[in-house]
Parts: sequence; structure tokens; C-alpha cells
Amino acid sequence: MMKIDLSGLEASAPIKGNTVDSRDEILGVPSFALPTTADFDGFQKAAVQMVKPAKGTTTLAFIFKDGVMVAADSRASMGGYISSQSVKKIIEINPYMLGTMAGGAADCQFWHRNLGIKCRLHELANKRRISVAGASKMLANILYSYRGMGLSVGTMIAGWDEKGPGLYYVDSEGGRLKGTRFSVGSGSPYAYGVLDSGYRFDMSVEEAAELARRSIYHATFRDGASGGVASVYHVGPNGWKKLSGDDVGELHYHYYPVEPTTVEQEMTEVAVA
Amino acid sequence: MTKQQANWSPYDNNGGTCVAIAGADYCVIAADTRMSTGYNILTRDYSKLSQLADKSVMASSGFQADVRALQKVLSARHLIYQHQHNKQMSCPAMAQLLSNTLYYKRFFPYYAFNVLGGLDNEGKGCVFTYDAVGSYERVGYSSQGSGSTLITPFLDNQLKSPSPLLLPAKDAVTPLSEAEAIDLVKTCFASATERDIYTGDKLEILVMNASGIRREYLELRKD
Repeated sequence: MMKIDLSGLEASAPIKGNTVDSRDEILGVPSFALPTTADFDGFQKAAVQMVKPAKGTTTLAFIFKDGVMVAADSRASMGGYISSQSVKKIIEINPYMLGTMAGGAADCQFWHRNLGIKCRLHELANKRRISVAGASKMLANILYSYRGMGLSVGTMIAGWDEKGPGLYYVDSEGGRLKGTRFSVGSGSPYAYGVLDSGYRFDMSVEEAAELARRSIYHATFRDGASGGVASVYHVGPNGWKKLSGDDVGELHYHYYPVEPTTVEQEMTEVAVA
Repeated sequence: MTKQQANWSPYDNNGGTCVAIAGADYCVIAADTRMSTGYNILTRDYSKLSQLADKSVMASSGFQADVRALQKVLSARHLIYQHQHNKQMSCPAMAQLLSNTLYYKRFFPYYAFNVLGGLDNEGKGCVFTYDAVGSYERVGYSSQGSGSTLITPFLDNQLKSPSPLLLPAKDAVTPLSEAEAIDLVKTCFASATERDIYTGDKLEILVMNASGIRREYLELRKD
């Protein structure tokens, strides 16, 4: 009789109280230490100011007949300062599942890596790959258990499992939505405009990639908090493959080349007095 | 009557700036040696660089008490790693360890802005840049701390390396020679010292390459 594996229901790392056993931390059993203040929320608000999660971003993903297309920009901003133009916002959880990053960069990086570890453990325990529904549920449950503590994660989990292509939106409020088209971030309204008007289920891989690329480009054009490099990934039955990474500044002139204008009268050099 | 606010903060900012540049077969990492609090200078001779492994050096600006605690935790974890695996940690491995260490204090962060520099397993220079809670990426060059907003645009202009996200991939390390990179770092700090009150006094530079590690100092303006 198989024992039900309830490890997924536990929070991934225990939250310890005031006694931080440094022996535990050093020997490799980490836990989240909490500050001893009367006003936990106020402290977290102040601490979060220091970290300033980079919410400026544009990520999108959609399902079509040949799988899932995932695309994102690469800009990270801290207030008005661009702290990086080369952030990897599409995270490779394992060879057949991708996650996108929006919100706090550290939160997304850490929990996606954690999810990858949990997915691998599931594979070893159950002798089969985890489904996209299962992986997204694991992440959603973990984020729900930290709800209210200030994590900022707005992610899409895209993959291909036995049921075909799968796409879920998961966020740090504990929300989890199954869907066919999502865009997350400050540039998402602009991306949705291009994506929704150009979307057809029976597109080819090249058409879908071009739609994804254009959507990200248009979002970076109008949203100041999005920019950098537009990356496009495709998730098919054999796993994900990166299709393109283009600098959006160069994409602009690719889509709108500068027409040489006719010159009416050339300016002549004036001799210096 | 308005609610009384806490007037004690567990954090302070001791200022300072750190820079690192990765080359084809070297890595240059540097930080100034001024430690301040508010408008006061606590000392002109404080090292912000810490050698975590034979091919990894971390430079940290921010709250130096938290930096010191972080350095101790990383040294202890590295020692355990050496006992368990009978070898030194590689720079990419140390980068992941630093990220996890920072994230496990997600709800009471280390106020430390770190740059990790070193040589990877192939001997190429690598630089990793972090935020306070552990998000990191491998880059060709980086600057953190109070002078970073002055230095980073200059490095972008001189060194702009192709983004590692481009496809087809282009190498991120700079084509500069070691001597040119060191000169560039000195120029960065000389300029940052002019316009940032928290940067100055002295510059400590560590250069890592196949032959080992070398340390250099440069006097900066003390005003």
C-alpha cells in the first residue's frame, strides 16, 4: 500500500523563531530567521524598500497548436534607475518546463530553483515526470504559506506533459490560474494588445515566435520599465528550446527601418573667418 | 496623539564602492577603504574585500557589520565544503552559495551589496553581481555601492559587453588586457571620489589570474 507523499504540503523551509541555531545553518539545514520586532509588518515594509523589487517588466506566454511560446524582456529597475539590462527572466526549471520572472528578482530566482529541486525529487520518488499542473500547484502552495510576508512573485509555469502543452499563472498572493494566454508585468497591457489581436491557435512555430517577439518589442517601446533583450523560448514535446534573443533597440530599426529622405538643398561648408 | 515610531534601526550604511571586471584569463576586483556613518568618517583604512576561496573574492558595500557576519558564514561553509569534498569551491559554486545565504535572510536581510569576482573552472574571469536578498547574475563587469550610479554608466560606455541573453551567444568578457583593466578601475575610482562623499581615501585592488592573486593600492582624495 503506497504511503501518500505529503511532503509537498509542508512549507519548503521551516520558519524558526528567535533562537537561530547557527550549527544547523552551517551544517546545511537552513531556515528563515525572523526579526524580533513588535511591528513585523512595518519592519518588512521598511526592509522591502531596501530591496525594492523590480516590478517593471514584460513577460508573456501562450499555448498554440505546436506547444507553448514564452517570451520576456530583460530590464531590472530600482525606482528610476536601470540596475540591469541583462536579467534572465525566463528560468529553466528543468529541460521541459520554464518559469517566468516578474516581481522580486531574488524571490523568483530562489523559488523557481527550489521548484526545480522538488520536481526532480518527485521524478525520483514516482518514476515519472511531474505534470505542469502538479508543479504549478506545488509552487502555489509554497507561496500561499508565505502569504502576507512580503514575497513578490508573478510567474507563469509553462511546460509539456502527458496532457500536452500546459500553462499556469501563479502569484505570491496565492493565486493560480490555468489559461492559454497570459502576460505579466508593467508592460503587459501593451503586450496583450499586440498578442490578442494577432493570436490564432493554428499558427506555425515561426509565426508564433514572431508574434511573441513583436509583443515584447511593443511593450518595451511604450513602457519605460521594460527593455533590454527580448528572449523567446518554445516548449515542445521534447522540451524547451531558446529560439531568439534580440536587443530591442535593434529590433526597432528592423521593424521600422529609417527611410533615406530626399535632400532638397545640400548645406555647403562656410569658410571660417 | 500620533503613534510613536521606532527610532532605532538595526541597519546603518557605511558607504563605499566596489567594482569588478572579468577578463579572458584574469579578474580585477577593487573597493575603496573608507568607512563612514552619516557625515562622519569612522576609518580611512577598512578593507571591503574578502577572499572566500583560492579563486573567489567578494567585495561588499553597505552595512559592514552585516558584511562581516556574511563573510564569517561563507568562510565556515567553505571550510566544511573542503572537508567534505577534498577540494576548493569553484567560483560559480561560491556564487550560488552566496545567493542562498542571502536569501535565507529574506525576512531580515543582510544589508550588503556584493560583487563576487574570480576565475571559473576554465580559467576565464567571472564576475557575479548581487542585490541585498540574493538575486544574482553572471556579468562581464559590475559596480555596487554609493558610487555605483557614477561608475556603471562609464563602464557601460567603455566596456559595453554584449548581453549574455543574445542568440547567437556572444562572449561577455572584455577584450581588454589585464593592465588596461586595472587602469580603467583606477580611473573609475578617481572620478567617483570627486563626486561621491562616501568614496575616497584609498583604493584596494585584487587581481586574480592563472599565476595567483596580487594586491595593489592607490591613494585617493581624502576630502
